[in-house]
Amino acid sequence: MISVKELTKKYSRNLAVDHISFEVQKGEIVGFLGPNGAGKTTTMRMLTCFLPPSAGTASVAGFDILEQPLEVKRRIGYLPETPPLYPEMDTESYLAFVARLKGVSKSDLPKRVKYVCERCSIGDVRHKLLGKLSKGYRQRVGLAQAIIHNPDVLILDEPTAGLDPKQINETRDLIRSLAGDHTIVLSTHILPEVEQTCQKVVIINKGKLVATDTVQNLQSRARGAEIMQVEVAGRNGNLEAAAVKSRLERITGVSRVSLKQSLDSRGVFEIEGQKGFVRGDLARAVVESGWDLNELRPTAMSLEEIFLQLTQQAAPPAAEALAAQGKQS
Amino acid sequence: MRNVWIIFTKELRSYFVSPIAYLLLTMFAIIFGFFFFVAIKSFVVFGMEQQMRGEMMPMNVNEQIIRPLLSNLSVIGLFFIPMITMRLFAEEKRSGTIELLTTSPLRDLEIVLGKWLAAVALYVAMLLFTSLNFAFLFHYGNPDWKPLAIGYLGLLLQAGCLLAIGTFISTLTRNQIIAGAATFGVCLMLWIFEWVAGFDTSVWAKILSYLSVTVHFDSFARGVLELKDAVYYATVILFGLFLTSRSMESLRWRS
Ligand SMILES: Nc1ncnc2c1ncn2[C@@H]1O[C@H](COP(=O)(O)OP(=O)(O)OP(=O)(O)O)[C@@H](O)[C@H]1O
Ligand SMILES: [Mg+2]
Repeated sequence: MISVKELTKKYSRNLAVDHISFEVQKGEIVGFLGPNGAGKTTTMRMLTCFLPPSAGTASVAGFDILEQPLEVKRRIGYLPETPPLYPEMDTESYLAFVARLKGVSKSDLPKRVKYVCERCSIGDVRHKLLGKLSKGYRQRVGLAQAIIHNPDVLILDEPTAGLDPKQINETRDLIRSLAGDHTIVLSTHILPEVEQTCQKVVIINKGKLVATDTVQNLQSRARGAEIMQVEVAGRNGNLEAAAVKSRLERITGVSRVSLKQSLDSRGVFEIEGQKGFVRGDLARAVVESGWDLNELRPTAMSLEEIFLQLTQQAAPPAAEALAAQGKQS
Repeated sequence: MRNVWIIFTKELRSYFVSPIAYLLLTMFAIIFGFFFFVAIKSFVVFGMEQQMRGEMMPMNVNEQIIRPLLSNLSVIGLFFIPMITMRLFAEEKRSGTIELLTTSPLRDLEIVLGKWLAAVALYVAMLLFTSLNFAFLFHYGNPDWKPLAIGYLGLLLQAGCLLAIGTFISTLTRNQIIAGAATFGVCLMLWIFEWVAGFDTSVWAKILSYLSVTVHFDSFARGVLELKDAVYYATVILFGLFLTSRSMESLRWRS
């Protein structure tokens, strides 16, 4: 549905997007990830024909962004970084205006406006001036205008920025429910959002493509080693953590054991081992030594860690800032 | 055409939901009203003086009231044009709504035309208010209406030029004030070029005075439809609109 070929954007001296190529299939939701200044917004602006690329091209729904921009624009719904609202219009007349801009026929118009108001829960601000809306509502109206003409492709630049937690969830649900009929590209800094909503991730850093893959593949790729969390309890009310640790270390395939938490009779250990080391061995070792095994849980490496791993070498400060943001949300 | 209409109605509405349109209409009406009052008064005083001296010069409402008033109007207009056009594109660039317009399936020229036509429409509304004053003349006197109609056509054409130039300047910046000030500067220049011909006879002076928008209004004020002046206005309008749509395109290269 979207195919990006060697897309490049150069601002006077600064290479904002550097030969990026990737494909998005119909019906997919793709998360566009990267630290601040990575070039996400710039790439999206080129895909929506707002900015012309310096080199390379892309096609959306089979139309080239350079050759047939009007056809591309007809098929795209776009939520820019700052929702493009006219402060002097009220929500309803704004949505009607956008619908007409996008070519919705007069007879469909009331239906579409009603529909997007429901989908984006902005019914209660229908008659309010846009200039008087709160940040979250502005964002919702922005999302509503992006889907008003039922476009094939949705390009959303940080769709959940500024929303409250409940609304973030509703928006993610909305985005997920739009997938299938619509192809969606969304940019975000919030990694759990990608894990929850997207099937595929495109990671860029400093204008360069770092990785594109499915969320699962990325997780397992970075995992390389498997991490387990094990809780061991002593029978008689106390537990010698050091003894447990040295016993666990003797299991074949285990490369590192660390004590995470120690209570009187219980200890939580994190065990890192080669992929596929035998969990049975681990369980048996614990039980045969006379301890109880309370919990044995593989902990997948979070996308956040993968992301940091992928972008860290290149840009540590930005990546840290991003990690901090990710944790906040 | 449909797209031009959509942009046109949106722009016109945004003029009229904010105080700007009412402010301009009122100020324009008051200022012109003042000129009108002075013109009538001096006309009447002049007439009485003549009667007292016993001379009977033919008094002509068209020549003595309407023509100078039309010239006044064309200059007053210069001061209002920047206030009409300054926000057209600058504001959209500042607030980011330009991103909505340029990612919608519209041609640049359709956006430009819609905006320019809305500006022209507001100016027409301002002119309509002034025409009430002239209606008063028709009530009490018996002027010829044709020169007046041609004068208004000239006012409209001249405003069309300056509005096109103002629209173009508005695409160059995201700051309304800068757009307004620059447009005002250009309007003044296009006015004062008219005077250059008065004290210099070189080719440059001729060229400069040819460029002046107000010079070309003279024939309209006299009630004569001169083809060369109409052509001048039409050319400037087309050129201004063309530049505006080019500028929108290159705006994307730069921003
Ligand atoms: N109009 C512009 N002129 C010059 N440089 C720009 C312009 N817009 C963006 N840049 C530069 O291009 C690079 C990429 O910016 P972009 O806005 O695409 O980043 P981003 O990934 O969207 O970041 P964020 O997460 O902060 O939104 C940055 O280095 C930025 O400084
Ligand atoms: Mg951005």
